[in-house]
Amino acid sequence: MAKDPVLVVLQLSGGNDYMNTVVPYANSLYWDYRTTVNIPEDQVIQLDDKVGFNPSMAPLKAIYDAGEMAVIHGVGYPDSPRSHFRSMDIWHTCEPDTVGTEGWLGRALRDIDPNKENVVTGVSFGQAMFRAMSLRGVPVACVSGDLENYGMLPGIEQQQREKVLERFSKAYSSVLDSDVMNYLGQTGLDSMAGADILKVAPERYKSSVTYPDTKIGQKLRGISQVHQADLGTRILYCDHGSFDTHASQLPAHKQLWTDISEAVSAFFADLKENHAADNVVMLLFTEFGRRVRDNGSGTDHGAGGVSFVIGEPVKGGQYSEYPSMKSEHLSQGDLVPNYDFRGLYSTLLEDWLKLDAPSIVNGQFEKLGFIKN
Amino acid sequence: MADDIGLIAHLMRRAGFGATRAELEERAAKGYDATVEELINPEEHGCERADEQLLIRLQPGALLPGGQPPMGNVNWMFHLVNTQRPLEEKITLFWHHVFATGNSKVDNYDQLLTQIAMFREKGMGNYRELLLELAKNPAMIFWLDNNENHKTAVNENWGRELLELFSLGVGNYTEVDVREASRAFTGWTLDVKIPRLPYGRHPWSFKYLPEDHDETEKTFLGHTGNFDGEDIIDIIVQQPACHRFIARHLYNFFVADEPQVPAWQIEEPRDPAAVDALAASFKESGGEMKAILRTLFTSDFFKNARYNKIKSPAELVVSTLRQVGGEEVPRPYYGDEIAMQPTYMGQDLLNPPSVEGWHTGSEWINSGSLMSRINFTADMFGDVSRPGVQDIIARLKAKGNMTPEQLVDACLDLMGPLEYGDDAKGELLEQANAGGDLDWSAADAEQRVAGLLQLIVAMREYQFN
Repeated sequence: MAKDPVLVVLQLSGGNDYMNTVVPYANSLYWDYRTTVNIPEDQVIQLDDKVGFNPSMAPLKAIYDAGEMAVIHGVGYPDSPRSHFRSMDIWHTCEPDTVGTEGWLGRALRDIDPNKENVVTGVSFGQAMFRAMSLRGVPVACVSGDLENYGMLPGIEQQQREKVLERFSKAYSSVLDSDVMNYLGQTGLDSMAGADILKVAPERYKSSVTYPDTKIGQKLRGISQVHQADLGTRILYCDHGSFDTHASQLPAHKQLWTDISEAVSAFFADLKENHAADNVVMLLFTEFGRRVRDNGSGTDHGAGGVSFVIGEPVKGGQYSEYPSMKSEHLSQGDLVPNYDFRGLYSTLLEDWLKLDAPSIVNGQFEKLGFIKN
Repeated sequence: MADDIGLIAHLMRRAGFGATRAELEERAAKGYDATVEELINPEEHGCERADEQLLIRLQPGALLPGGQPPMGNVNWMFHLVNTQRPLEEKITLFWHHVFATGNSKVDNYDQLLTQIAMFREKGMGNYRELLLELAKNPAMIFWLDNNENHKTAVNENWGRELLELFSLGVGNYTEVDVREASRAFTGWTLDVKIPRLPYGRHPWSFKYLPEDHDETEKTFLGHTGNFDGEDIIDIIVQQPACHRFIARHLYNFFVADEPQVPAWQIEEPRDPAAVDALAASFKESGGEMKAILRTLFTSDFFKNARYNKIKSPAELVVSTLRQVGGEEVPRPYYGDEIAMQPTYMGQDLLNPPSVEGWHTGSEWINSGSLMSRINFTADMFGDVSRPGVQDIIARLKAKGNMTPEQLVDACLDLMGPLEYGDDAKGELLEQANAGGDLDWSAADAEQRVAGLLQLIVAMREYQFN
C-alpha cells in the first residue's frame, strides 16, 4: 500500500535575508547595494553561474546536488507590510487583506481528517502553537518540550489518576454556551488523547544518526520520532530563529544557517536510513526577505524572499526567477516578489498532499512543477 | 460593612496577582476604594518591594545574569511573587507586553532587568516621561537598532515600532512619518560598542552623539521643524490616536481580551465606551497613568468583568505561587522549577517572540500549553506542605466535619471565591462523594482535600482571571 504523503514545515522566523542565502554573486548590483553585509564571491557555494548558497549551507548543497532540493525564487505577495506579525499572519492564514484566524494547514488538516479520527494528524513542535496550524475544532498535538515527558496530570499517583482523569474528561466534554469554554474543553480532551498516542514514539524510535545539540536539531529529531512511529501524522511543524538581523548580520546569519543545514541534513539522513524518507516533503519559508541595500551592519525589513522544498519526492533545481535588483524595479527599496506564496502552497497541497487548494488558499494561483509525478 | 470579598478578589487578580484569603479579608474590611488607592500609591502605605538583598544573597547569579536563562527570569519572578506592591509589578508586566524587548537579540539579561526596573519605577508615572525613558533605554536602543540609526544612514526600526506598536497604531501615520521620526532619533545611541563575549557584559548607557544627529528640518504628522526625538514624542502624546491606543491596551490587559494588536485598525473595540472613557482620562490627566488606572479600576465596566479573561502564563504562575506560598525564599533549582514556568506555557518573560509581544486571550491556549498549565497548578495545590494549602485546610477544619457538598462549596469559596459552572461542580462533587463525608480524624483527610483542590485547578474555569 502506498504511504500517505507527509509535509514537514520549518518556519524561519524573523525574516531571512534572501540575498545572503541565495547570493546573486554574478550581479554587479549586489555588490553596489551590499557594501558591508555581503558574502565574498570566493566563499559563495555556486549553484550556477549566477547564484550560490551562503557558505554555511554546504550540507544543503549536497542535497541540492542529489536533485532533492527545489529553490523557489522571489516568493511573496503584493504590498508587503514589513511588519513581522502581520507578514507571518499573512503566510499563516493566506489573508493579505483582512486579519484571518484560520491557518492554511489547519484547513488542510480538516480536509485530511474531516471526522477528527486522529488527534495527532497534525503535530507542532514549538513553545507555542503556530497560527498556520490553528483552526477551531481541528486538534493539533503541541509538544513544547521533550516527547518523553509529555502527559496530563502525571503528578497524581497512578490508581488515583485514572479516576481523576475520568472526572476531567467528563467535565471537559460538556458543551456550554461559551465559545472560549468549548475551545478549552476540546483542547483539553485532544491534549489528553494526543499525549497518550505520542508517548509511544520515543519508545519505537531507533536510529544511528546523531542530531546536532541545537534547538532545531532536537525539534527535527522529535519530528522524526513521530513520523517513524507510524501514528498517521501527516503535517508536522517547527520553527527556528530569529532571522531579524537588523545589525551584526554576518555572524548571526551564518550561525542560523549552520544550525539549520546540519539539522536538516541529519533529519533526512535519519529518514533515509530507516526507509522513511520517500513520503516526506519539507518546506522552509520565512515571512519576508530583507531590504536590498544594507544599513552598514545588517538589513532592514523588506519584501520578497526565498523558499526551499526538500525531499525524495522533490524535483530539484531552481524555480521562478530572481527578482530584478535594478533601482527602477524596486518598490521602496525592496525586491518585488514575482511569485505568489499561495502558488507554492497550492503546489504542495494539490500535487503532494492531494487536497483541493483553492478552498484552502482562497483562490487560484500558479503552481510550480517541483513535485515528481 | 466590608465590601464584597468576591469583588475585592477580582480587583486583586486583575490589579495584581491574586491574594491569600487573609489578605482579601483584610482588604475587604478596608473597602474597595481604599484598596484601589493603596495599589496606586503603595509607597504611601508602607508597602515594600521584594527584598533584593535576600535574592542576591541566596541567588547571586540573579544580580547580573548575563545572557543565559534562567537567572534573569529568577530575578523578575522573585519580584512578582514577593512584592507588596502588586499593581506596580502588574503595570511593569503590562509595559513589557507593550514595549516588548527580548533576550533573543539583546543577549543581556542585565540590561533587560534594568529596563524592567525602569518600568517598575516609572510605569505608573507620566506616559510621556515613560516614552522618553524608553527611547533612551539601552536595551531598547539595541533591540530596535537605534544605535545603527545614523545621520548618513537611517535605520527605521525604532522609528517605525515607536509609531506602530508603542504609541499610535497602524493607520495613524504614513511611511514618510516613519522616516522623519527615525531621522529625529539619529544620534540617540549606546555608550561604547560593547565586546560582549567572552568577558561578560559591560553596563550599557544612553549616549547622545550630536555629530551623528540629523540637524535638518523634518515634517512629522503635519508639524515641521528641526525636530529631535523628544519633539517627536511631544507631538505623539498630543495625538488622539495615541490616547485611544494606550486606552485599548489597558482595556485589553486589565478588563477583557481584545483581538490581537494588528487587527485593531480593522476591528472596533468590544466596548467602545470603555475605551473612550480611558482615552478621555488620558487626555484630561495629560497621560498620568495613576489617574487613568483609577478611572479604570473604579469603573463599572471593570467591576463587571469578572472571570471573563484568560490568564496569561505569568498571571497563572504568579497567582498560584502567591496563593500556595512557600516561594518567599529563592531556594536552589528555583530557576528551572519556578522561574521558567511561564516559559513552558508559552510566555518566556524577558524574551517575547517579537517586538509585537505575545498574542493573548484564547491564543495562550493550545493542547501543549493547556497541559503545562494544568500540570503545574495541580502539582502546587497537591502539595499539602505549602503554607497556602495548609491555610485552606485549617480554614476548612474550623468548619468541622463536612458533607461532600459542603466540602466542594467551601473549597471553591476559599480558592477564590471561584465561580464554577454546574457541570464542573458536578464532577467535583462526584469526586468528593467517592470518599463520603469528610471526617478530620481520618488519616487521609488532608490528602483528600488536596486531591479535590487539584481537580479544581484542572477545570476549565480555573484558566480565567
